[in-house]
Amino acid sequence: MISVIKKDVRLTTKGNGISYVVLTIVSLFSVFPLAWMVISATNKSVDVTRGVLIPGTAFLNNLKKLLAAQALGTAMANSFKYAIILTVVSLLICSLAGYAFEIYHDKGKDFVMKIILLAMMVPFVAVLIPLFQMMSAAKLLNTTAAFILPSISTPLLIMLFRQSSRSFPKDIIEAARIDGLKEYQIFLRMFVPTQKSTYAAALTITFMAAWNAYLWPIVVMTDKKSITMPMLVANTIQGYVTDYGVVMVGVLFCTLPTVIIFFILQKNFAEGITGSIK
Amino acid sequence: MMLNKKQSMTGWVFLAPAVLLIAIFSFAPMVRALLLSFQSGKGTNLSWNGAYNYIRMFQDKIFLQSLLNNLIYLIIQVPIMLVLALILAAMLNNKNLKFKGLFRTAIFLPCATSLVSYAIIFRTLFANDGLINFFLIKLGILDTGYQFLTNTTSARIVIIIALIWRWTGYNMVFYLAGLQNIDYSIYEAARIDGASTFQIFRKITIPLLKPIILLTAIMSTNGTLQLFDESFNLTGGGPSNTTITMSHYIYNISFKYVPKFGYAAAMSFMILFLVAFLALIQMRVGDKRD
Repeated sequence: MISVIKKDVRLTTKGNGISYVVLTIVSLFSVFPLAWMVISATNKSVDVTRGVLIPGTAFLNNLKKLLAAQALGTAMANSFKYAIILTVVSLLICSLAGYAFEIYHDKGKDFVMKIILLAMMVPFVAVLIPLFQMMSAAKLLNTTAAFILPSISTPLLIMLFRQSSRSFPKDIIEAARIDGLKEYQIFLRMFVPTQKSTYAAALTITFMAAWNAYLWPIVVMTDKKSITMPMLVANTIQGYVTDYGVVMVGVLFCTLPTVIIFFILQKNFAEGITGSIK
Repeated sequence: MMLNKKQSMTGWVFLAPAVLLIAIFSFAPMVRALLLSFQSGKGTNLSWNGAYNYIRMFQDKIFLQSLLNNLIYLIIQVPIMLVLALILAAMLNNKNLKFKGLFRTAIFLPCATSLVSYAIIFRTLFANDGLINFFLIKLGILDTGYQFLTNTTSARIVIIIALIWRWTGYNMVFYLAGLQNIDYSIYEAARIDGASTFQIFRKITIPLLKPIILLTAIMSTNGTLQLFDESFNLTGGGPSNTTITMSHYIYNISFKYVPKFGYAAAMSFMILFLVAFLALIQMRVGDKRD
């Protein structure tokens, strides 16, 4: 037995050498553009193009220039508003649906679920024009409603919650019913509190998608006052002369919120995804 | 668990909002787009014209170019990315490996960057006066800055590198999740039986991950056929539309020039057909190897 274990250790250690090299290279490749972005945000434009790879002192100056040229405060506030509202509504509606598709499933509901999965194949550009016309006719352009409505209910989230409901013990539901709990109370009091990692995964996916959305916002958010962070970042490179330091400050502000959320929730996110693809 | 009538009804009430939203904001616009695709005209002034839009797109050089570009990105980028993601996941799924969390976080980090941000980061890195050119000149490889983004081939390569950077970690997380559902003792047993790392990868990891590989392949295909931000913000579709993607061209036709909604709808249906067709093939191939 001991010799077997020894052999095992020897073999894996040999393989690990290559793993460390590959993983280190890929990690550096992954982190470098972001690290460089952060460093560039603190440097003058000339230094960015001169290959300076150490943090400078121009951050506040770059920020001042960005604030003078772009409505950073408005864009930040808008992006947070749209992304938070969309995430809350989306998680509520999709988790309720995913739960219902599993817990109350019968032939009719299983059939509806299959149809819904087809919606995953619909490319966004295919519905872009009709959606734009719809929002325009309903006079919803430049409103939070226009931003969130098409993205609230997604097959991916419904599927995620349906999968996680599968491992939710049915005895608990029966017991709760006998205790006289209403169906919605069972969902809110018994199901929701036990699904932390699924909600964390759903939150990460939805918030990031909402924060990073670009194609839909540039179509429906035409007013300067409803601009989002990605739109602001794209605006910083529209001029004839690009101030790279200023651009990177914009990129930094656009990237920080999603990175922070990712760091806080990454463990739960991985667990949620693991639970959902069993 | 048998459902009584009241419980079944409750179920329908619970799923109604989600289903209605998908019906209104996904299926209804799709039907509307299908109808639009058989009409032509400018703005909202439309008339029926049969299959004209569908014929026209195959005579439209820019559309054909955009279709070709999407296929190039798909055929080159997706396999490289998925194989890389698989290898990285297999390496990280090793109990004896140290700094696992650090590697995983680093490799996944690009996914937290917004599409616009990363397009701009790469655009700046590969600009004429960008960092890449700076180092190439410093190292004596080039005399003057290479115009990465104004040469078709290099611009496409930059897009592909950027895509691999942004999405490899994302797919890796799915594979890692799948690997956690595989009993680790299978690996230990295989090692004791003297299987090499490559044999374990080919004979255990890949077959057991097949459903997830299929899922990621379909997701990546779908995503690649819908590429927009990379073309729009990284290369601007240029030089002279040679890196433009279908979604970018459709956007231009709909919102940049005089809007031709009918023609744009027809082109977007081409993407839908391609997505559905390729998903079908992938599912067939995925099932066959069982």
